[in-house]
Amino acid sequence: MTPPALAEVRPLRPAGPLVIAIENVTKLYQMGEETIHALRGVSLEIRRNEYLAVMGPSGSGKSTMMNMLGCLDTPTSGRYEFNGHDVAAMEDDELADIRNREIGFVFQTFNLLPRSDALRNVELPLIYGGVPPNERHERARKALEDVGLGERIHHKPNELSGGQRQRVAIARALVNRPSIILADEPTGNLDSKTGIEILALFEELYERGNTLIVVTHEESVARHARRIIRLHDGLIESDGPVF
Amino acid sequence: MNRLIYELTESIRMALAQIRANKLRSALTALGVVIGILAVTLMGTAIRGVDIGFNNSLAMLGSDVLHVEKWPWITGDDWWMYVNRPIIKPADAVKLSRIIDATPNSELDFAVFVHGRGGVSVKAGALSINGVVVFGSTGDYGRILTADFTEGRMYTETESDAAQQVCVLGSDVAQALFPGHSSIGQTVIVKGQPFRVIGVLAKQGSFLGLFSFDDQMLMPLGAYRKYFGIRNGNPEIQVKVKDKTRIAEARDELTGDMRRVRGQVPGEPDNFTINTQDAFKEKLDPIKQGIALAGLFVTGLALFVGAIGIMNITFVSVRERTKEIGTRKALGARRITIRLQFLIEAVSICVVGGVIGLALTFLTCLGVKAAFPAFPLEFSASLIVISMLVSVATGILSGYLPAASASKLDPVVALRYE
Repeated sequence: MTPPALAEVRPLRPAGPLVIAIENVTKLYQMGEETIHALRGVSLEIRRNEYLAVMGPSGSGKSTMMNMLGCLDTPTSGRYEFNGHDVAAMEDDELADIRNREIGFVFQTFNLLPRSDALRNVELPLIYGGVPPNERHERARKALEDVGLGERIHHKPNELSGGQRQRVAIARALVNRPSIILADEPTGNLDSKTGIEILALFEELYERGNTLIVVTHEESVARHARRIIRLHDGLIESDGPVF
Repeated sequence: MNRLIYELTESIRMALAQIRANKLRSALTALGVVIGILAVTLMGTAIRGVDIGFNNSLAMLGSDVLHVEKWPWITGDDWWMYVNRPIIKPADAVKLSRIIDATPNSELDFAVFVHGRGGVSVKAGALSINGVVVFGSTGDYGRILTADFTEGRMYTETESDAAQQVCVLGSDVAQALFPGHSSIGQTVIVKGQPFRVIGVLAKQGSFLGLFSFDDQMLMPLGAYRKYFGIRNGNPEIQVKVKDKTRIAEARDELTGDMRRVRGQVPGEPDNFTINTQDAFKEKLDPIKQGIALAGLFVTGLALFVGAIGIMNITFVSVRERTKEIGTRKALGARRITIRLQFLIEAVSICVVGGVIGLALTFLTCLGVKAAFPAFPLEFSASLIVISMLVSVATGILSGYLPAASASKLDPVVALRYE
């Protein structure tokens, strides 16, 4: 491995203003009699246009961390601010609005609606965001063109390859111009060649100024990021740049 | 606001896609609602039909006529109270008329004695008709009849007093005895006696399907008395009131007059009954409503079973699409959005079932009307509106619980669901 050479081909963009501020966050789960400490006090700051990987073995609190970052879940204690909004105190529907406006999700299993074509799938967050139909079609088409699927906007998911499906999902994540893109094992269901294509697309998105958070257990995927956070037993084990 | 409209449109599109994707399942589920709506609407048409028939029949009695009789029209266990009352006689009517004429500003117009006998056969040449109801009355009865004359006239008081053998025929009787030509001036034979036809009544239909006004024959009381007799049966005095909005006052006056006719002392209960169309209606309405309610309840059970089917299938749908719900929530769907989506899915199936059920009801009505014209089924526009509302309500009721459970799913749990 030759880190200096890698750093040359992978420019590090200047980080922007603070997007996520997490301070001393804990998360407890009640599993029958047992209380599980998924997060035991985590502090973290993420700035605009960072490219971050969250790593850790299973049981490390990685999934909990992702749910927290994605505003799918709220912490048991601690502070979580997203663009200055106190997420920890939010109700379900407020969280839904934050997810809709601020977060673009990319899932391991793509999670596309099987009976809707690519365009409709990408339009979905815009529908929930109250965007009028004409603007919606235009923005969804543009997002699909941006991920290289301009020719396949009317294909249903089962008419697309795995890589193309994930591109649709990425277009869907991008279409609302969110503050962060949160990808959970984005290459987990893809062959290695397609995985590399998707990571190249992430690189492109990063260079266009997007903020990316990739949750993965694969070192090779994480190393494409500029910063890696390693979790272990519900605590941050290390947090630093990739060389 | 806009957002809600976009979400609604999306929900309807998704619901229809879902129905299309699960055709057999949706069809089977909708079948329950089809049967339910069919049962309820058929019941509705029957109730309406009976109601219309009933009101038409009552209208034939005339709303401005009071009937003085020995018996109330509807009796139950209390028949023994009436059985020993004196029978109504023509002399009662004569006395009553005298009292009415002598009363200044009377609410009552005039009184007519009427006696009827059913099951009479009437002949004319080679033709004959059985089951005719013959009424004997004075000429004034013509002013009480609700039917018009298609030809001819009523007999006059003079003809009546002279017991002339003239008669007025109901339309079916005239039709049967003199098909295709006028019956005026023709002779019919009743009880072996010749009667000259001087009038024919317009078609009226049957009273509650029990007897037909078109099967009647009217003759002067004198002649009737001679050949049929008036000591048996159920004679009555029909009294026309001047103002039909003042029936209650007229009835009070008539009660007093009749007590004078009968020479009753104060405190003695009336030995006659004054029957009115309204009172008849009042007595029958609760029975009618009871039957209607029971009918709707029983048929409503069919709809209820259909609703349970919808609820069941919506629960299945929620379970099958748990991951999709998680995804939608992750993308920003609020609780109400998810709830609406599944509610609309349930309502869509119900409405599809409702439309099919309604169409079947319509066809059934057409078929029944063609096969049995007298059967009381009445399809109406309000039925369409009501059954659509019922379908939507059924959808909402049956979709509510599954939709609520879907909307409350934790996105984290839902996304992990396989």
